[in-house]
Amino acid sequence: MSSSSEMSALAPNRKLRFATTSLAGCFGCHMSLLDIDERLFDLLERVEFDRSPLTDIKHCGPCDIGLIEGGICNAENIHVLREFRSNCKVLIAIGACAINGGLPAQRNHLDLGQCLQEVYLTGPGIVGGQVPNDLELPLPLDKVHPLHEIVRIDYFIPGCPPSGDAIWKFLTDLLDGRTPRLGHPLLHFD
Amino acid sequence: MRAQYILVDGLPIPFEEGQTIMQAAMVAEVFIPHLCHHPEFKPQGSCKLCTVKANGRYVSACTMPAKDGMEVENNSPDLNDKRRTMLQMLFVEGNHFCPSCEQSGNCRLQALAYELEMLTPHFNQFYPDRPLDASHPEVLLDFNRCILCELCVRASRDVDGKNVFALSGRGIGKHLIVNAESGRLADTAFSLADKAAHVCPVGVILEKRRGFAIPIGRRRYDLEPIGMQVEGQARRRSGEL
Repeated sequence: MSSSSEMSALAPNRKLRFATTSLAGCFGCHMSLLDIDERLFDLLERVEFDRSPLTDIKHCGPCDIGLIEGGICNAENIHVLREFRSNCKVLIAIGACAINGGLPAQRNHLDLGQCLQEVYLTGPGIVGGQVPNDLELPLPLDKVHPLHEIVRIDYFIPGCPPSGDAIWKFLTDLLDGRTPRLGHPLLHFD
Repeated sequence: MRAQYILVDGLPIPFEEGQTIMQAAMVAEVFIPHLCHHPEFKPQGSCKLCTVKANGRYVSACTMPAKDGMEVENNSPDLNDKRRTMLQMLFVEGNHFCPSCEQSGNCRLQALAYELEMLTPHFNQFYPDRPLDASHPEVLLDFNRCILCELCVRASRDVDGKNVFALSGRGIGKHLIVNAESGRLADTAFSLADKAAHVCPVGVILEKRRGFAIPIGRRRYDLEPIGMQVEGQARRRSGEL
């Protein structure tokens, strides 16, 4: 076996598998991912999408990189997050909600039962309402949590949402083997 | 008598007798991260963001008097790691949801988090329940973001002579209160013209109807990082000095 083929066996020149999902988020971070525009073609030269809203694959297989937007607000979110953690070598939390709970976590100081009552039964203009109770609906958690409170997270991309440029800088740093770094003006929390 | 100097990261900085490390650094335009310090008020050393190593010991730069020949370590990975951890604790202790905050982009806490590259709050969120006080016609109080720096307390007491604000409680229960029987800002002599209305480093004391006069993205620390707004610091970093 030649030394060059040995090298390629150790570091196979294959596309990295890349999974993304949105949990308790608004898909704004995914919109920002699309904001890398024509650089999507460069990205697709180097990665292959696994589970993602872009592929509609429902469960992720073994992946190199997982990108998760949104925090944890219900039981299904926890299942998906754990599926990502057990399948992805590197897990990235993207956006304010994934990192600190974000907008959904603004309900955390309210009683969940009272929230549901007001939204579905007693709020203005509601006649004959009922609290949704279908078996297929995931049960909401009493509090919304950021991802790192449930599983280990390797990297964080803050922003609401982070810009396409910030996402591109971060992903290219990671793919090129550099420590990902967001300086001014790419690092922002709003 | 020859001038006295301290060495901040090896840079000689002159000082006058009685000045603290922070005061000397500010005159020399050397950036030491800080939140509770304000040059117009008596230092109190509570936020600990300005922690430096002076002659090998951790001290608060804002309260430690400068001494001739003192070697001060400031911008080092060790100190910045500790400062970042302190910022993370401040972030999880309150409700710092930047996307909904009127002060985003003008906030010193956020600006320091950018400066020290804080990407995650790391610790578990407290999500405290702290109701707003919207009683005053000109000013809204959002206690969710209070970091207990006491700048408003000091400004109202020492400059405005009104004693509108105070800290109450102990330890983790410590919180900002309004000095009125009702506890409401409307029932105090507080006014928008007060010094206390303009010293909050975060987004607690907010002037009403002004929130988005300057859009997000064009605010103070959106334009330039906090460390680069100290002119001499910026010139040293760019190699001009």
